[in-house]
Amino acid sequence: FLPERSNLSGVRHILLVLSGKGGVGKSTISTELALSLRHSGRKVGILDVDLCGPSIPRMFKVQDNDVHQCDSGWVPVFVDQDKSISLMSIGFLLEKPDDAVVWRGPKKNALIKQFVADVAWGDLDFLIVDTPPGTSDEHISTVEALRPYQPLGAILVTTPQAVSVGDVRRELTFCKKMGLRVLGIVENMSGFVCPHCSECTNIFSKGGGEELAKHAGVPFLGCVPLDPQLSQSLEEGRDFIQEFPKSSAFPALAHITQQILDGTSQQSS
Amino acid sequence: AALVLQLSLSVADCPGTGSAQAGRAAACQGCPNQRLCAAGAAVTDPAEAAELRERLRGVKHTVVVLSGKGGVGKSTFSALLAHGLAADEAKQVALLDIDICGPSIPKMMGLEGEQVHQSGSGWSPVYVEENLGVMSVGFLLSSPDDAVIWRGPKKNGLIKQFLRDVDWGEIDYLIVDTPPGTSDEHLSIVQYLSAAHIDGAVIITTPQEVSLQDVRKEINFCHKVKLPIIGVVENMSGFVCPKCKNESQIFPPTTGGAEKMCQNLNVSLLGKVPLDPQIGKSCDKGQSFLSEAPESPATSSYRNIIQRIQEYCDQHHFQEEKII
Repeated sequence: FLPERSNLSGVRHILLVLSGKGGVGKSTISTELALSLRHSGRKVGILDVDLCGPSIPRMFKVQDNDVHQCDSGWVPVFVDQDKSISLMSIGFLLEKPDDAVVWRGPKKNALIKQFVADVAWGDLDFLIVDTPPGTSDEHISTVEALRPYQPLGAILVTTPQAVSVGDVRRELTFCKKMGLRVLGIVENMSGFVCPHCSECTNIFSKGGGEELAKHAGVPFLGCVPLDPQLSQSLEEGRDFIQEFPKSSAFPALAHITQQILDGTSQQSS
Repeated sequence: AALVLQLSLSVADCPGTGSAQAGRAAACQGCPNQRLCAAGAAVTDPAEAAELRERLRGVKHTVVVLSGKGGVGKSTFSALLAHGLAADEAKQVALLDIDICGPSIPKMMGLEGEQVHQSGSGWSPVYVEENLGVMSVGFLLSSPDDAVIWRGPKKNGLIKQFLRDVDWGEIDYLIVDTPPGTSDEHLSIVQYLSAAHIDGAVIITTPQEVSLQDVRKEINFCHKVKLPIIGVVENMSGFVCPKCKNESQIFPPTTGGAEKMCQNLNVSLLGKVPLDPQIGKSCDKGQSFLSEAPESPATSSYRNIIQRIQEYCDQHHFQEEKII
């Protein structure tokens, strides 16, 4: 049963960014993917369903914006004049940025249902859904609410070390149980090249993400290195893709975006 | 006119399903659980509360390790705090992992694959050393691929069981490792442990604003539930290249790092710990980084922080005794 005319009718592809593990770069990858897609001429939305730790607004420097209502629902926050990236996050709904959202599951679930149904996205090429870590209320509710709209699938983010990979294995099980296709695994924070002497140090180990992809039989989308310019860009809400094309993380991020685009063109043909 | 949406969170906090206010507080308006709570369905049985109190009677000090942010090193710190405190063989230490979806503690303590045994007196913690016992949902899963896909109420139930059914015995320090956020697990542990008492919370962050913005929320959570804050630890605080010895700020403190935040919010900064590739390696191997890399600057940072926590707990105890 597909709702006749819904706020997601104009969205061509929905993809989720998941991890079992916290702090591996889900919001970072969601942000950079959106920026890359924009640079390739696509219209992108990001739905941030991390209700306790909403990182997305700040990564686009729009954390002080408000959400307005229109006839069809809630108007997403546009990142700039050309309206090619729009966002929705609980971050925009907080009176004070330091307010803690101390909600139990049922209340979180109610807001997530609203986020999925009531945001007037309009026409989008991609809707990226950024999630908190885990396999709990937010994840179950989001996947169930999105099911009628047939999401493209999920990108799973991990860091290289075994402690992260251990949680991401569980997330793979979650995807299988919920019938969510896995588009691939990204190994983030994979190596650090010293900007002074170019020595590469594997601060969080190396290879775990690639190995997991092989073991689980899912595509490996690539390794993204630790890049202080990327961290700085995110802190300041800047467009890393536009401003730092020579930076060490850029080629990997561009490659991940290209694989997503190739995947969708394969799907339509 | 376009309406601006805003959540007025000052009245929107869940009072807790076990609280006398459950279903009745202003915050309960509109919550899907309201009717259940108001009907008393979720109120903690006073007999149950008494049972928890009895079970936790032998626990001298409890420290909860929190962060608003994921991946900043809560579990790493909890494991090292446990090892650090258990170095004194005269002390009995327990490490409770209430991260139900992403239980990292078994791996970090070298206990992967261990199972929980039951006896007449309850569930047995899994022992790393004679004086260091561990409990985690990880021990209840049969495969590393098993996912715990549970909604809040079921997670709360397991946390209650961990406190009620585990035969902890007499413990000097109970360390509770938590998942990121400010949700069911955090509300529940504060509620259930109120039967014992919590000395305080140690809050972990990394230097950059994207972490600090979540950690400020966690600090507010602590204030709201009246959980004392022992202090903040700033992890991943700079990286010194092993080859050229230059320092890089991989996670830059663009808004002043934990130091500025602690000043602004009037909480203690317990210490800063630099990045060291050996930390992740030791965690993956299930070994104590403090023993594996005793010369690392990160080790001395961790040891100083552990000592400050110990001093805080001892003072606390002393003050309690004075009252009696």
